[in-house]
Amino acid sequence: MNLWLPMAAGAGALLAVASFVGTDWDLPPVDTEQVGYRGTGMYKTRDREKEAALKAANVVPEAPWEADPEGDRAGDIYENVQVLGHLSDDQFNQFMAAITEWIAPEEGCVYCHNAENFATDDVYQKVVSRRMIQMTQAINEDWTPHVQQVGVTCYTCHRGQAIPANVWSRDTSPTPAPGMAGYRAGQNVVAKYGGNSALPQNALEDYLLEDKAIRVHSNTALPTGTNPAGTKETENTWSLMMHMSESLGANCTTCHNSRAFNDWDQSPPQRVSAWHGIRMSRALNNDYLVGLAPLFPDSRKGPAGDVYKVSCATCHNGVQKPLYGVSMLEDYVDALSRKTQTGVPDYSTYVPGETLTLEPAPDAGTTSSLVPAQGQAAGERNVAAVAGQ
Amino acid sequence: MSQYQNIFTLTQVRGPFEEGIPLPAGDTPRSGKPFHLWLAGLFGNAQIGPIYLGFLGSVSIACGTIAFLIIGLNMWASVGWDPVQFVRQLFWLALEPPPAKYGLKIIPPLSEGGWWIIAGFFLTTSVLLWWVRMYRRARQLEMGTHVCWAFAAAIWLFLVLGFIRPVLMGSWAEAVPFGIFPHLDWTASFSIRYGNLYYNPFHALSIVFLYGSVLLFAMHGATILAVTRYGGERELEQISDRGTASERAALFWRWTMGFNATMESVHRWAWWFAVLTPLTGGIGILLTGTVVDNWYLWGIKHGIVAPLPDIYPGVVDPATTGGGQ
Repeated sequence: MNLWLPMAAGAGALLAVASFVGTDWDLPPVDTEQVGYRGTGMYKTRDREKEAALKAANVVPEAPWEADPEGDRAGDIYENVQVLGHLSDDQFNQFMAAITEWIAPEEGCVYCHNAENFATDDVYQKVVSRRMIQMTQAINEDWTPHVQQVGVTCYTCHRGQAIPANVWSRDTSPTPAPGMAGYRAGQNVVAKYGGNSALPQNALEDYLLEDKAIRVHSNTALPTGTNPAGTKETENTWSLMMHMSESLGANCTTCHNSRAFNDWDQSPPQRVSAWHGIRMSRALNNDYLVGLAPLFPDSRKGPAGDVYKVSCATCHNGVQKPLYGVSMLEDYVDALSRKTQTGVPDYSTYVPGETLTLEPAPDAGTTSSLVPAQGQAAGERNVAAVAGQ
Repeated sequence: MSQYQNIFTLTQVRGPFEEGIPLPAGDTPRSGKPFHLWLAGLFGNAQIGPIYLGFLGSVSIACGTIAFLIIGLNMWASVGWDPVQFVRQLFWLALEPPPAKYGLKIIPPLSEGGWWIIAGFFLTTSVLLWWVRMYRRARQLEMGTHVCWAFAAAIWLFLVLGFIRPVLMGSWAEAVPFGIFPHLDWTASFSIRYGNLYYNPFHALSIVFLYGSVLLFAMHGATILAVTRYGGERELEQISDRGTASERAALFWRWTMGFNATMESVHRWAWWFAVLTPLTGGIGILLTGTVVDNWYLWGIKHGIVAPLPDIYPGVVDPATTGGGQ
């Protein structure tokens, strides 16, 4: 009796189903690296083909030229230079040349500047850029527990695109039917910001915009009635964790000993970095991105009408250390490594094409209540440095 | 030789149709004219029917169909009645239990999990009626009731997950959603929230019985297939009148591991292992969150967690060092 036919048909059907639901299978070989104590199953696994593609896609571009820090200041030469006025003329132009390549290599200078007069603010992209430069400076100065001395530049996220590839906004698709049926509790569809799992779709909103409690474990063996978290809250946290894992191409065990996810004593130092990263993303979204809402046209917002926001994926782009840990900042230290002018304009007064100069409000010092206290940042730098090894 | 290793039955015996013993007065007659099906013969008996449905079976199937439709239609509604998304995301979709704010409210709003209660009611009714039906059919044939008691063990686990434990926890939100991936997510999430079920001794027992069932099943199936050529599949007769098949099978195991089961005992072992899997598992679930809130810490308390050297001495919880938030 011929049995290979039903066997082959069964295998074919399985493959057809698998390709239909879009499985993301890795072909061997996969490289495995032990990162924890023996017997704990703490390994990092990396698919060689994916790793090769990531290596090729995460290369630091060269600086346009080496800038001369001497000479007259840009703020004295050009009009309406609010944030980068302290640079030398050469540094200023070098940075402008670089940012053009980073953000709008096709459109060029006029993506942000009025071709008639580069000093005016009537192109909204210029106003956004200015705020983003303030943000980059703040990251490099305030968030060293996360970015250390490697720092970030515009390129870390933008990679030659006006909108970074990995931003997020509120995800409501597919829209449930109105009425009585179809309760899915914000989950149970493909969660594109949750590792394509069936976990909650908008966990990023809860943790990287709001500050809902991420921790769900009880710290006592027996119930005390004080922990409100249940399985649903745990799934929400898990969705954030899936997002982090996908964003960094990392496993759970990069940051956790999975036998006790919550126990810091058993956690690798990368978890401390990640902890600061969560706070950093939350601070950036609240202090910088949400406030820009009045500037963006609808075409530059998500389908639910909220501004695009940052998450771990925005900088990391699938790599545990963005751009494989190569510092781009050293070519732009004066422009991006520390805060200069931190004032925020009233964006609601902005009219594109008409507002010629958008003045900042008086210098507000640090713009965030979420920034780590100085002493804490210094104290944890050692740990973060270990994490960076 | 190879025919003994094949997953399909290679010999299909087709005699006159077996109608079964006459039913007592008052029972609905068996329905349908029996026929042979080659495909069914590959897995079991080639004869299909006649079928006895009766009152309990009919109501059970009706309730099960209602539950199935409620779940399916809610899944479809959750993607806005889009047929393509319904098929593409089918494994992701689910009917979710109500949120914790409704506690144990009998019917929360239908748009917030009320359908989950209704579907759960019909599914439970269906399963319980099917159990009664199995019990009564077994008695009707003057069999023992082993099958329905094994089924009852599975129903115990089902009820613990979807009813008893949520009631003890005071919230339907603790129950399992009806969906393929979502119920798996629930399982992992349940383990994470309650500090790793690995350290739950009843979970461990359940796994022992589960893997033990598999092992016993494989050993027994293999042994019988191996002595089929001597009539070894006539197991029950050989309990009282063991022939060469039994002798050889017993000798084989005594040679290889020094001990052998008998034609009777192996079935008792297998039955108890299978039944104890959901029985102990259900106890483990029932204790989680109600009696123990963090199994890992419980394991530390009772000395079952392997100590590890402190290989990350610099790591402290950043939330306890003051800054940030």
